[in-house]
Amino acid sequence: MAGIRTKYWKWIVFLAALLLLLAISVAISLSSGEIDIPISRLPQILSQPDSMEFTILTRIRIPRLILAIAVGGALSLSGAILQGIYRNPLVEPYTLGISGGAALGIAIAIVFGLNSLSFLTLPVFGFLGAIITLFLVYFLSIKRAGLSINSMLLIGVMVSFISSSAMMFLMSISTTDNLQSIVFWVMGALDESNSMLIRIAMYSSLAGLIITYFFAQPLNALRLGNAKAKHLGINTDVTVRLLFFVASLLTGIAVSVAGVIGFVGLVIPHLVRLLIGNDYRILLGGSFLGGAIFLVLSDTIARTIIAPNELPIGVITGFAGGLVFIVVLSRSRSHVKLN
Amino acid sequence: MQSFVNIEHFSCGYPGHFVLDDVSFGIQKGDFVGIIGPNGSGKTTLFRGISAELSALTGVVTLDGKNIHKMSLRQRAQNVAIVTQTIEAGAMTVEEYVLMGRMPYRKQFQFFENENDFAIVEKYMKLTGVDRLRNKFMNALSGGEQQLAGIARALAQEPQLLLLDEPTSHLDITHQVQILNLIRRLSHDLKLTILMIIHDLNLAGEYCDQLIMMQKGGVRKTGIPMDVLNYKDIEAVYDTVVITRTNPVSGKPVVFLISEDVMSTKKLP
Repeated sequence: MAGIRTKYWKWIVFLAALLLLLAISVAISLSSGEIDIPISRLPQILSQPDSMEFTILTRIRIPRLILAIAVGGALSLSGAILQGIYRNPLVEPYTLGISGGAALGIAIAIVFGLNSLSFLTLPVFGFLGAIITLFLVYFLSIKRAGLSINSMLLIGVMVSFISSSAMMFLMSISTTDNLQSIVFWVMGALDESNSMLIRIAMYSSLAGLIITYFFAQPLNALRLGNAKAKHLGINTDVTVRLLFFVASLLTGIAVSVAGVIGFVGLVIPHLVRLLIGNDYRILLGGSFLGGAIFLVLSDTIARTIIAPNELPIGVITGFAGGLVFIVVLSRSRSHVKLN
Repeated sequence: MQSFVNIEHFSCGYPGHFVLDDVSFGIQKGDFVGIIGPNGSGKTTLFRGISAELSALTGVVTLDGKNIHKMSLRQRAQNVAIVTQTIEAGAMTVEEYVLMGRMPYRKQFQFFENENDFAIVEKYMKLTGVDRLRNKFMNALSGGEQQLAGIARALAQEPQLLLLDEPTSHLDITHQVQILNLIRRLSHDLKLTILMIIHDLNLAGEYCDQLIMMQKGGVRKTGIPMDVLNYKDIEAVYDTVVITRTNPVSGKPVVFLISEDVMSTKKLP
């Protein structure tokens, strides 16, 4: 009994540490940029609505920060969910072809010149691409015998190859201008300025977190495998299907506002697993917070490191995430723990 | 007479072909019943049928008068617990794993275990002897220890019926005897009804109250070990020449095998 009690205490400490880390990252992110605002002056500025710094914070940095938290949390959370339902530690939103589909949708919109119609065109096309891919993967992999998890995974990988080929085809026939906007979009960026889109992203990723928490115990049971979870009274079919949809919607929304930001969904849940274990009751929240921290910091680096220019955030997440991951994995012998 | 576990004209199988055809038998409460039979005779399929993993094509399976196939998943998990041959629990501690046995009793949105869950888990970890391993990871245990943890998890479900799929395969005789003694104690002390698939005929004869001999998707013979384990039935089912004797100490049947070269030089008695 003592073992489990200590475990719950560890969870509380872990969550507190992550929240603190998030607060620090938020402060750093708000203070850095073209115009430096010292962290100590942040509270004061926020109470002075007529200063220039106030405008910079509320119009530029805070919306961007909220988007980073929403997108980072959503991507990392859907990685944790997908790894749970597939019982495969290498799955992430992008292995399932969802982002490939979203990117294809965007490319189509750009090549056919639809993006001049409305500011919503690109996000909507990205979202449609993600959702169509999701339905393709989902219905192609339902066999007579029911939901086959392995075939879902393979079909996802194949769909992602096909959509990336289709995208390359579109890129090869498009104009230089269009080509540049496709490439830029594919590399990912958090400079979305429409406040409604940012709000949608934030609310939906929080809603995703709450819904997923109702399935924390079924996800724990699924760690034993589909059949054994059923033996414990868990309706695995409903759990797997519903969580697959939640993860796909989260990814679809994240991709449609921020482009393809790789690696968050793979690396962050893994690091959280290594630090605190595989219990989904802590893993889900930990992954969400971890993803948010990671993206806030990555975005801060991306927009300051070669200022006044900006690096695509995917470059930072790829580098930082990959390096941290390799270091952690090679230092601990914990890779056996990843299931 | 209605038995505690009642299987009547039960058929089930996989799409395209029947595996289990018109099986009927009954088990009394508290009996320890062994299922024997060669590979492919339908033992595991019978388990899947009883646990409702496969739906019934004909017939019913009842537990204490209630149709197992009509129970909800949760109800079923409170009544029937299964220990599979391999337990792939990965990187969770023994205690976390055994606590999973309480999952069927969780309220809809209950997030943490309650005192009662801890007490029950504690009790069955002690009973199975895995309490000293509580903080070890499941994938760091030996095969025998994993089986014991599996049994503790199944007991934490507080089932009416316990299904064990070859709990002693791949184990040395120390662990075989340890686990079978434990199972036997469970059936006697807790009045738990136990159905166990087992390949070793001698262990089946020594430990089980009743045996069910399966052949080609049907039941060939049921009864006490002394009646079921006779050379005629064994030779017919397994297509192998055997000799049966009685264990001088326990009075239970023992089955001997004879190698090919001995058989060619000696006359069978």
